Amino acid sequence: MELKSNIPDGPITEKWDRHRFEMKLVNPANRRRHSVIVVGTGLAGGSAAATLGEQGYNVLCFCYHDSPRRAHSIAAQGGINAAKNYQNDGDSIWRLFYDTVKGGDFRSREANVYRLSQISVNIIDQCVAQGVPFAREYGGLLANRSFGGAQVSRTFYARGQTGQQLLLGAYQALERQIGRGQVKMFPQHEMLDLIVIDGRARGIVTRNLVTGAMEAYTADAVVLATGGYGNVFYLSTNAKKSNATAIWRAYKKGAAFANPCFTQIHPTCIPQSGEHQSKLTLMSESLRNDGRVWVPKQKGDKRAPNEIPEQDRDYYLERRYPSFGNLSPRDIASRAAKTVCDEGRGVGPGGLGVYLDFRDAIQRFGENTIRERYGNLFEMYERITDENPYKVPMRIYPAVHYTMGGLWVDYNLQTTIPGLFAGGEANFSDHGANRLGASALMQGLADGYFVLPYTLGNYIGSTKLEKIDASHPEARKALAEAQARTKRFLEIRGKRTVDSIHRELGKVMWELCGMARNAEGLRRALDLIPKLREEFWTNLNVAGSDAELNQALEKAGRVADFLELGELMVRDALHREESCGGHFREEYQTPDGEAKRDDERFAYVAAWEYAGQEKDPILNKEPLVFENVHLSQRSYK
Amino acid sequence: MRLKLVVWRQPGPTAAGRFVTYEANDVTPDMSFLEMLDMVNEDLQNRGEAPIAFDHDCREGICGSCGMMINGVAHGPMKGTATCQLHMRSFRDGDTVHIEPWRARAFPVVKDLVVDRSALDRIIASGGFVSVNTGGAQDANNILISKDQVDQAMDAAACIGCGACVAACPNASASLFTSAKLSHLALLPQGQPERFRRTLSMIDRMEEEGFGACTFHGECQEACPKEISIDNIVRMNRDYVKSTVTKREEKALAGGD
Repeated sequence: MELKSNIPDGPITEKWDRHRFEMKLVNPANRRRHSVIVVGTGLAGGSAAATLGEQGYNVLCFCYHDSPRRAHSIAAQGGINAAKNYQNDGDSIWRLFYDTVKGGDFRSREANVYRLSQISVNIIDQCVAQGVPFAREYGGLLANRSFGGAQVSRTFYARGQTGQQLLLGAYQALERQIGRGQVKMFPQHEMLDLIVIDGRARGIVTRNLVTGAMEAYTADAVVLATGGYGNVFYLSTNAKKSNATAIWRAYKKGAAFANPCFTQIHPTCIPQSGEHQSKLTLMSESLRNDGRVWVPKQKGDKRAPNEIPEQDRDYYLERRYPSFGNLSPRDIASRAAKTVCDEGRGVGPGGLGVYLDFRDAIQRFGENTIRERYGNLFEMYERITDENPYKVPMRIYPAVHYTMGGLWVDYNLQTTIPGLFAGGEANFSDHGANRLGASALMQGLADGYFVLPYTLGNYIGSTKLEKIDASHPEARKALAEAQARTKRFLEIRGKRTVDSIHRELGKVMWELCGMARNAEGLRRALDLIPKLREEFWTNLNVAGSDAELNQALEKAGRVADFLELGELMVRDALHREESCGGHFREEYQTPDGEAKRDDERFAYVAAWEYAGQEKDPILNKEPLVFENVHLSQRSYK
Repeated sequence: MRLKLVVWRQPGPTAAGRFVTYEANDVTPDMSFLEMLDMVNEDLQNRGEAPIAFDHDCREGICGSCGMMINGVAHGPMKGTATCQLHMRSFRDGDTVHIEPWRARAFPVVKDLVVDRSALDRIIASGGFVSVNTGGAQDANNILISKDQVDQAMDAAACIGCGACVAACPNASASLFTSAKLSHLALLPQGQPERFRRTLSMIDRMEEEGFGACTFHGECQEACPKEISIDNIVRMNRDYVKSTVTKREEKALAGGD
């Protein structure tokens, strides 16, 4: 497989402008003759579908929720970065670009990240024009706060509900196009396969989750904006329905899967309370603006936190990373938490927790100011834990949050299948081996509002596309395969529920391919996962039929794909014999326990190619060239 | 804790439903209400029975997917809390808990506790937006908005579209939902050009969808997991009166009917 990144020539600052000029346009009057399928209605999919509709394309938009507004982007709390430099604190497009490449531990593509930084300023303008109620200062100007991995204040926010407000902006723009008939919306439809005709993506197979009806839909191009695959771990901060099926089906139809092992473990989540736990809840990184992270200095110190005097506390982030302190990037803060817990200094049940303490901030600013900043997060914490964080420090622990890996895309966000594009968390493009806080919202909206609408136009304008419909033999074949596969889940009639197998997979992944990995553990995982897959296909129990709303059947399809994707993640983690960002291989660390990259051998994107059932996937490499950012050991000290 | 659950089971939209009683043993106070249902469902499946269908997703109280009547109260006993954020410490050992879907003509039951809330999307599609295409926006700081004003708009914009207001209303009105979106946009300068047109079309749409009229019982604001105020309904009604006038003026400008 040839990986052509299609990065435009010229200086990095001019690439996108030049490319926009050089790309083909489609005459407005001709756009209505072209159709685009968009799968997913989160920030990337919702904004892409709305914008393509505004441009005059016929858009078919699919989501598995009952409403496009429920996509998991809605749950993002803290904010969205943009290089506006409204605070006059030295920010610039160049600095956001630099911070993001460095934050990603030099495993992302420079040209994409630079474009993202450029577009970030347009996103804020667009969202404000739509009526997104970003926080403001008394003078009426937009407010900012700081996020991890940056020394400037460039994060725009709407209380602790930034994702919700940005998504509602995109959703409303989408509903406007639905009202105009420009976008046809298919809620409660889950994509189960991709239709490829003559080497090009031309449609999808879906299941109507309410009636069970399965259908094929065709178009001139397909956009997947279906989010990340953190739920491989069973417990994560992802929504329960978040899954990898769309991108995994695309992978099996020929789209390369890039850097599957790059998983983000978020440092500030509410610790697990028991075996019944169904998901983990994030506490926004923004809390680290005012909260101080600490554990007792002494192992096994059982005193209540407020009874532990200052000299017996170890503010380990401030101690180890004095210049970034509590706002160290996520991968670093998570690993540091793991280190102190491994030393036996963790707090709470099972010793799997650290304190996030607001005592000093409350003394300095008063409880009201803190309530104003984080009130809804404090309430959420109290509802879940029954503890009042204004009085006792929060207990937090790292949890799986985001996946930097995803479908490999070129500069145009096109996968290795022509006509198949991927946006948002579903692609791998911008975050390297670690994503900085408040950058996911930025990337989703950049892809959807400002990149895909251009690059899709270029594809449609420069490609001769035969008229086809759902009666095409390839479409019918894909439909028949998906139907047969769905039936198979019901015919196993074994003894185990989907959830019980999913939990088991999650434990394997968390223990052997989680915050820290080593070759021995990864090899063990490569042995365990196929066995679990075997168990799934021989001993699964799904009740009911496929001609009705059947939530267990939906889950079965998703977990079947997780059981394959998990193995690819492990394979990728095993092959990458270095530590970088969220990928920490215990064998490769500096004497003081930091990640040790190996740029000689691993400065590339690992793009895995499906080779067929029972065959090992093929590794393709896209070398990463750094012309503008100096490769260095990442330091936040 | 051990609980007795009395749950509405309905196989499909046109099938008849009925209450079925289940035992929930091994419930712990740390469990969320939905985790308690997960446990019951796991049991049901192990016994070869169909699990109880209920909608849910983020389990962080923000996506608006979940929602059920718990002992006759939308989202259950804890104020300002969506079902997924309700924890079992709100219940006592030996309690009987009645669980039903949202009941409203505009929300037909799909299965068990799952209802069809697409009417809410159609209300938004009828005008719940600012008509700006991507790309043409001015610099964000050119629009000054006072902090108080944006805070009020945000209070209204916090709606998660769960439908609890409709389920709690004796008239099954969607006035709190509709007025929250109208207020969010009416309180901001960006929302002004379409303000009255938007009010008219969204209210018309709400009525066409089969939601009832508001008679100010105030149950909606009590049930709302985001504690959205009925002041928004007052603002909507005021705008509605104004918009009927502006509509007449617009028609006059256009040369009458």
